[in-house]
Amino acid sequence: MLTILFDGVSTGMLLFVLACGLAVTLGLMNFVNLAHGAFAMVGGYVTVIAMQRFGVPFLATLPLAFVIAAAIGLVLERTLYVHMYGRNHLDQVLFSIGLVFMAMAGMDWFMGSSPQNVLLPEALKGRFDVGGVGIGRYRLFLVVVCGILAVALQLVLSKTRFGSRLRAAVDDQRVARGLGIGVQTIFALTFAVGSGLAGLGGALGAEILGLDPSFPVKYMIFFLIVVTVGGTSSIVGPFVAALLLGIADVAGKYYVPSLGSFVIYALMIAVLIVRPNGLFARPGR
Amino acid sequence: MTLALETRGLMKSFGGLIATNDVSLQLPKGARHALIGPNGAGKTTLINLLTGVLTPTSGEILLDGGDIGSLGVEQRVRLGLTRTFQINQLFPDLTPIETVALAVSERQGRGGDWWRRVGTKGAVLDELIEVLDRFDLTDRMTEQTRFLPYGKQRLLEIAVALATKPRVLLLDEPAAGVPEGERDEILEAVAELPKDVTVVLIEHDMDLVFRFAERISVLVAGAVLTEGTVEEIKADPRVKAVYLGEGEA
Amino acid sequence: MTDTTDQPLAPVARASRFLAAEARWSWLEIAFWIAAFGLAFVFRSNHLLFAEIAILALFAVSLDLILGYAGIVSLGHAAFFGLGAYTVGIMARSGWGDPLTGLVAAGVTAGILGFLTSFLVLRGSDLTRLMITLGVASLLHETANKLDWLTGGADGLQGMMVGPVLGHFSFDLYGTTAYVYALSVLFVVVLGLRVLVHSPFGHALRAIRDNPLRARAIGIPVSRRLIAAYTLAAVIAGFAGALLAQTSAFASLDVLEFHRSADVMLVLVIGGSGRLYGGILGAIVFRLAQDGIANITPQYWQFWIGLGLVALVLLGRDRLEIVGRRLVGRVLPWLVGEEKAR
Repeated sequence: MLTILFDGVSTGMLLFVLACGLAVTLGLMNFVNLAHGAFAMVGGYVTVIAMQRFGVPFLATLPLAFVIAAAIGLVLERTLYVHMYGRNHLDQVLFSIGLVFMAMAGMDWFMGSSPQNVLLPEALKGRFDVGGVGIGRYRLFLVVVCGILAVALQLVLSKTRFGSRLRAAVDDQRVARGLGIGVQTIFALTFAVGSGLAGLGGALGAEILGLDPSFPVKYMIFFLIVVTVGGTSSIVGPFVAALLLGIADVAGKYYVPSLGSFVIYALMIAVLIVRPNGLFARPGR
Repeated sequence: MTLALETRGLMKSFGGLIATNDVSLQLPKGARHALIGPNGAGKTTLINLLTGVLTPTSGEILLDGGDIGSLGVEQRVRLGLTRTFQINQLFPDLTPIETVALAVSERQGRGGDWWRRVGTKGAVLDELIEVLDRFDLTDRMTEQTRFLPYGKQRLLEIAVALATKPRVLLLDEPAAGVPEGERDEILEAVAELPKDVTVVLIEHDMDLVFRFAERISVLVAGAVLTEGTVEEIKADPRVKAVYLGEGEA
Repeated sequence: MTDTTDQPLAPVARASRFLAAEARWSWLEIAFWIAAFGLAFVFRSNHLLFAEIAILALFAVSLDLILGYAGIVSLGHAAFFGLGAYTVGIMARSGWGDPLTGLVAAGVTAGILGFLTSFLVLRGSDLTRLMITLGVASLLHETANKLDWLTGGADGLQGMMVGPVLGHFSFDLYGTTAYVYALSVLFVVVLGLRVLVHSPFGHALRAIRDNPLRARAIGIPVSRRLIAAYTLAAVIAGFAGALLAQTSAFASLDVLEFHRSADVMLVLVIGGSGRLYGGILGAIVFRLAQDGIANITPQYWQFWIGLGLVALVLLGRDRLEIVGRRLVGRVLPWLVGEEKAR
């Protein structure tokens, strides 16, 4: 029971790292980026390639996954995404689906369609027992890493100058511009960091979520659930939503395997019916 | 005498903020009534309450003596309470013909008709031309609304509302944003609205209000400060004070 | 076209003429249908491909009703397509192989699902709608996956016995029956929708798409109109799914996959949304392009589709439409009676 809870929490925290970049894109730029999962996939493959072809140890590939995904994010933001802000949602959806298709087919061509395995270092394998609760070492590692990231993100957003500028830009772009805040730069930076985090999440998650070229579509709905249910007004909403999603997913698959992901989808629809703007949205007028 | 539109002790609060405070209005049939007040006086909230966008915290709204307080927006329109918008709310891809025909069809109860072409059943065409003609829109009625000049769009804004055959018509700043040259046409159209329609004019422009209205209610901080004829309002020192910004009532 | 020749006419007559002209059959349209049915007699080896195009076109036309006319962005239109496919599939496996009654049944089940889920898409922003439609489709996909005793799960529905159309025309190897059957259904649906889009109901949908706030303010019951449109679109998508299952005698989870919802959106956008024939044009272009690309790089056609999407959006759908329109206007000025002055 507690083991499941722990597994759920670790999955949830992983989902948070994967999806938090999307929350920013959506909240800051009102941009529906269905291609977010593609950045995660890139991160996953960076780790795989670095380990298999160049013998880089697993832990050392993680920063690499972040940096490469972030760099791709930055380039795409400056060249393509920048033209899409302010377009209608249909255009944004079509555009990002196009990117997803390209990423999937490209990865298929590059790496083949078979699922990839990440060989974890011995130290992260296996389980140990704490008071009768079986704890996977890798799960614990995930909780620690993702926990640190979440806290760091929250600190950056609430304490630093960049964070306050970002929040100002989210609240009201025009006012922020008037205050001399470089909204363009903030867009680009947050997009890059968000993509990087997705890449890191993809690398970390390759072990438990699996990794193949269909990754962006397979998990797209999960990322979207995190941000629609959690809302985009703060980072706490998506965090809580991700935890709930992780726990519900793990528990659902353990207790009622015959239902599969059914529970998740049903829950999401139910939440959106009751609270169309997410669980934690600021109450409307 | 039944009143065309009446509100009794209308209240609306958002959390702790009272946006509409005990507003009681009585408008007889055919009235030309203006609602004025400084920015933030609660005019928008009042319109939203009357048209059914917002639900009042307490109080009643009666149309021809019947309580409409619990009805939705489109039900109120069907009973004869229609509004126009301060900022044009039109259908850019539809022509004036199609726009007005929509309102006419809906009022005739054929809005759900999917098996007959627009204008082949009922007196839709005659009625829609009558409305377009009244606002001098027949010349350009086959062009998409987005291509019409602003003044024409402004007229269409009123025309489509009138096509619902309202008993009470709420005009929200009908001349807002209209360039000087096209202004007279709008004012004329407003002045020539059918006599049996009760018109409520929500306006900033005192010139227009004094020319058009018979009676005026002054809204301040969500409540009715005073109500009277044009002369009474002109002479009221409190109204002057409000508009000169010398203090609240 | 706006009438310039008949200034002296009374306004009522002009309005009447304008509305009639909007709904009139153009030569281009008539020629298209004659050609389409004419294809049944030639190019036999391509009839299976033609049938697929007709089915895809039907699916896209159904999406056009909610996306192009009513303005609802859906990422899960495959839900209705898939439900239609599985409905006839399961019926055919259980011994009810008559195509037409199966088609009707598929429309009914898809319509019921559409009606029930329409209430979910009424409220909320574009994003909420995206999520709900995506969620419903995913839910259905997962259901079909798990109910393997009924649906065959991941292996697909084996052993469908599809009878002859109208008791006479069996499905043949070339796909001639399949093509004529699918095209006929498409034709009948388009006939119906042609009437619908020029009716008060059809105009109301366009008004709601343009400005729901004002639509309500002139007395249009927005929710009721949207529910009706969404349900009808679901019925038509159900037809399309049923046709696919019947003509291929197979249904698998593929009919509910995300890429179907995405593809059909692309098809519609290529052909132009909100104009009834956009879906058909898009289906022809999409399917032929897909075929062409697949001949060159069988595995990676998805990449080129994606590239096409990105390019299409970046260049601007409106701009491309204007260019296309001008081209048509130059080349065939006398054929565009139906295209309207818009």
